[in-house]
Amino acid sequence: MFRFLNLTLNGVSVGMIYAAVALSLVMIWRGTRIVNFAQGGMLMFTTFIAWDLAQVHNVNYWAALVVAVLSGLVLGAVAERVLVRPVENGPPLNAVIVTLGLLIFLQALAGMIWGNSQAHSYPPGYSFIGYKVGNRRLAFSPNDLFIVVAVLVVVVALYLLFRRTPLGLRMRASAFNPEVARLLGIRVGRLLTLGWAMAAGLGALVGVLVAGTTSGYVQPVGPFDALLVYGFTAAVIGGLDSPIGAVIGGLLLGLLLSYADSYISNNVRTLYALLVLIAVLMIRPAGLFSRSSTRRV
Amino acid sequence: MRTSSIRLAAGSVALLLVTAACGGSSSGGGGSGGTSGASAPGVTATTVTIGSTQPLTGPVAPGYSEISQASNAYFKYINANGGINGRTITYKYLDDAYNPTQTVAQTRKLITQDKVFAIFNGLGTPTHEKVVDFLNQNKVPDLFVASGCLCWDNVSAHPYTFGWQTDYTVEGKILGAYLKQKFPGKKIAYFFQNDDFGQDGVKGLDMEIPKSQVVAREPYDVTNTDVSDQAAKLQASKADVVVSFSVPAFTALLKLNMLKVGYNPTLVVSNVGSDPITLSGLLEAFAKQAGAKVNGSDLIQGIITDGYLSSPADPSNSWIQLFQKIHDQYIPKLPFDGNVEYGMAAAYTFAQALAAAGTNPTRDGLVKAVEAGLAQGPGLVPFRYSSSSHAGFTGTQIGVIKGTTIHLEGSPETTDDSSGGIEPYTTAQPTAPANGIPSG
Amino acid sequence: MADEIFSRDGMLSRSTLLRHTLAALVGLGLLYALINGMGDYRNSQLAPIAFTVCAAAGLTLLVGQSGQISLGHGAFMAVGAYTFALIQEHWRTSHGNLELIGLLAAAAVGAAVFGAFVGVAAARLRGPYLAGATLALALGLPSLATYEHLTKQLGGNAGLLVVSPNPPTGSIDIYRWQSVICCVSAVVVLWFVANVSRSRVGRSFRAVRDDEIAASLCGLSVARVQVLAFVISAACAGVAGGLLAIIDLTAGPQAFPLSLSFGLLAAVVFGGLGSLAGAVYGSILVVLLPVWSQDLTDALSVHSVKVSNNMPLMVYGVVLAVAMLAAPNGVQGVVRRLGSGIKRLAIPSEET
Repeated sequence: MFRFLNLTLNGVSVGMIYAAVALSLVMIWRGTRIVNFAQGGMLMFTTFIAWDLAQVHNVNYWAALVVAVLSGLVLGAVAERVLVRPVENGPPLNAVIVTLGLLIFLQALAGMIWGNSQAHSYPPGYSFIGYKVGNRRLAFSPNDLFIVVAVLVVVVALYLLFRRTPLGLRMRASAFNPEVARLLGIRVGRLLTLGWAMAAGLGALVGVLVAGTTSGYVQPVGPFDALLVYGFTAAVIGGLDSPIGAVIGGLLLGLLLSYADSYISNNVRTLYALLVLIAVLMIRPAGLFSRSSTRRV
Repeated sequence: MRTSSIRLAAGSVALLLVTAACGGSSSGGGGSGGTSGASAPGVTATTVTIGSTQPLTGPVAPGYSEISQASNAYFKYINANGGINGRTITYKYLDDAYNPTQTVAQTRKLITQDKVFAIFNGLGTPTHEKVVDFLNQNKVPDLFVASGCLCWDNVSAHPYTFGWQTDYTVEGKILGAYLKQKFPGKKIAYFFQNDDFGQDGVKGLDMEIPKSQVVAREPYDVTNTDVSDQAAKLQASKADVVVSFSVPAFTALLKLNMLKVGYNPTLVVSNVGSDPITLSGLLEAFAKQAGAKVNGSDLIQGIITDGYLSSPADPSNSWIQLFQKIHDQYIPKLPFDGNVEYGMAAAYTFAQALAAAGTNPTRDGLVKAVEAGLAQGPGLVPFRYSSSSHAGFTGTQIGVIKGTTIHLEGSPETTDDSSGGIEPYTTAQPTAPANGIPSG
Repeated sequence: MADEIFSRDGMLSRSTLLRHTLAALVGLGLLYALINGMGDYRNSQLAPIAFTVCAAAGLTLLVGQSGQISLGHGAFMAVGAYTFALIQEHWRTSHGNLELIGLLAAAAVGAAVFGAFVGVAAARLRGPYLAGATLALALGLPSLATYEHLTKQLGGNAGLLVVSPNPPTGSIDIYRWQSVICCVSAVVVLWFVANVSRSRVGRSFRAVRDDEIAASLCGLSVARVQVLAFVISAACAGVAGGLLAIIDLTAGPQAFPLSLSFGLLAAVVFGGLGSLAGAVYGSILVVLLPVWSQDLTDALSVHSVKVSNNMPLMVYGVVLAVAMLAAPNGVQGVVRRLGSGIKRLAIPSEET
């Protein structure tokens, strides 16, 4: 029972990370109909910036986090303007290759600036020691709780932004029908850039959170790459058009992977992700929360 | 319709011809692939060129990528001080990012295009395994593979390949024997990497530790950094001692996850994953949270491990003084840790072999020089090199982490990787030559 | 006589099969000359290019002509490699060449069967959902080899050993022989895919790609066509996987990272979607670009180790991104534009 509880809590905290990555992928997808394969690289890069500040220059954790998110915003905006804008309306595979090129570029750049010789540890925001329950400790710590809460806060904030603000309405309009939106005077281009910026900023937050867990390190090629695939899987499970789907998909994936790792075997994690994905897509080919009309891409 | 197939043919041919033309220097077509015609490619009157494949980028670059830089620093030092038999050593190490297909491509490049004299310290088991046949068929000395696999000691099938470090099973035996003696009757659990490194180590442990004492065996996969489940299962087994055959990243991950759930057994870690400086760095940011006073090294105090080279933090040791000097001069930005010492020590052994190969070294001559036996140099135990064995160091010495160093205890021990007994080795470690260069 | 063969109504124009076979023979001849003329090093690069061509040809058929996405074609290569290794373990004959052909055919069949399963699942998926599923496939399938209860059969992390076929005694060394095997396989695969592309099957692919509804109105079963596309492209990738196993001397999970699948995709997109010539250009680029960027880095004699270690990667990433921006239709698109530009210059009268 205790084991099940631990696995569930672990699944939730890992799941929220996947949910956040999925959410940033969904945001980019809704705006520009592109899957951002560079997401893992972007969040690795911003986490390196945070690490440089926090561990090398002894900057406060929260200040480093803010700087990381800001760099994410800038990075996302620049990537959209320079790299993605030209391929947005072309064949979708071109955008895939461009974002792949960006991913490799960022990994190489991080290596050039900070080197490949060390993996760096990053501080957690709060204590990483598990909560005490009776005379045992849960595999769930204040830091894990912080992660869950942080992601929830961001999800709610994004929801409110998209549903309750004029800006959010304009962004949704631009994504749904750019031509009509332009006719109505909306600066579609600017909003697309904003969408990418926000997604990258969210990714930066995820990067810093993950680096501070007991399964994260900061290095140019490492744990952040698998995040893209799990995040994408979660997004697809939930339905690429649905932010709620992204969160549910993330949680579902996190929980299932956690149980499977423990009860079955822990060295085929990616295989479980594949099986969950196939299972969901066979029942609902456009994800769990997709709208009924199948979108032809 | 005709035009497209013509286009296909023409285009492909054009491109291939351009590619071939770019080859330019490529030597004689046809004929045997072996370069045994020239007995000493890569050797000129003033230089010797050697090659290696190393993970300079990619997921395992942290730590391992220091080794080649350190070896290169040692070679540069030799070159600045007269070289070996009047020749300077040029060390060409190429990035394979720990991908075996890349290792194959890069090794072929080193042999067929760069025409190196020998391959030195090729890193990794799954990577180097793929090129061992190629190197031996082409009669290229494949010296001092950077891996503790038992497979490099195969004189009949691979006469040109030599290991260097203590192999994992020997290490496991010596650790196992120590634990059997120090923790009689106590519960012991294993945490190990799910490949030949971990599995060979466990084989050695099992040769010494009685089965009844082993209460849990938890493997991990390098692609999955979430080891919370393994930590939970280890805790549930109530083991008093956990033996870990893990790389530094996973040693640190294990420690963190055990701390998280309040589990604090005696930790025993293989030499591969126990470098104190690397571990402190990996645990640094968590230290304050875990109740350590100041820094990451507090979390690793008391870890039992082993070493076959002197501890890098022992300033009274002549080898450490030499290596420290070279480090400060050539690679000051890298930390002076176990990886750096490893790289320099292996380079020293190569220099020994080259010196012993004489004033006109040939590939076969180099191999014979190693088989004639090499002095142990910076090692704590002798090498096993002979015409019937191509294995490297014969044993290791138990140590405990105190501060940021490994304090070696007792005396070094030697054994083999099967049923041989474990013998203490009491001959003192030789001192480093005054100028730091072996005389052959 | 020449008229009968080469004119607009001649034999070559009318028979696609004949044309392709002739082109294949010419290609084989040229490759033979190339292999004999090049040095050892260039030869060792030819083999990876050749098996990449096999996989890329299949992928460009799938993506370019049938309009489906596969981000994880490396998975089919893995199935081919493991099929090759598993069957070789249990079946050895004394006829080296026969065995080789049999094993490669088995690799193709094994991958094709797997491709059928994937195709059936994929027929229900569109666009990014298919992309996600194939991506997860590429990442998840190789890890099956490390599953504890299958380590005995699948070799675990180290993989299954493969014995490289020996050249006919004494003729050439084993590495040149591997090049020969790979090149011949590439020509055969290209010949096969070219014929498929020009056949009714190929037309059905393009029909489904362009307009599913219209295609089904014409009596085509969309799902069946899509599955067939997956089967054929998987078979090509299976052959590539078998060749990879021969070169690596193992079939192991480490040889099939995500970057392999991405490389195939880059080769196909870079060369020009749907174009076989493009698959060849793209494969050459994807295999040689890392080598060129390494040579460039060496030539620059960069002082900093951090920079020189990462420069080849950086060049690779930049070239990928820039190439897509500069040539959205790939190399074949550029060639076509050049070709029509030259034609316009040479035969101005045709344009009025």
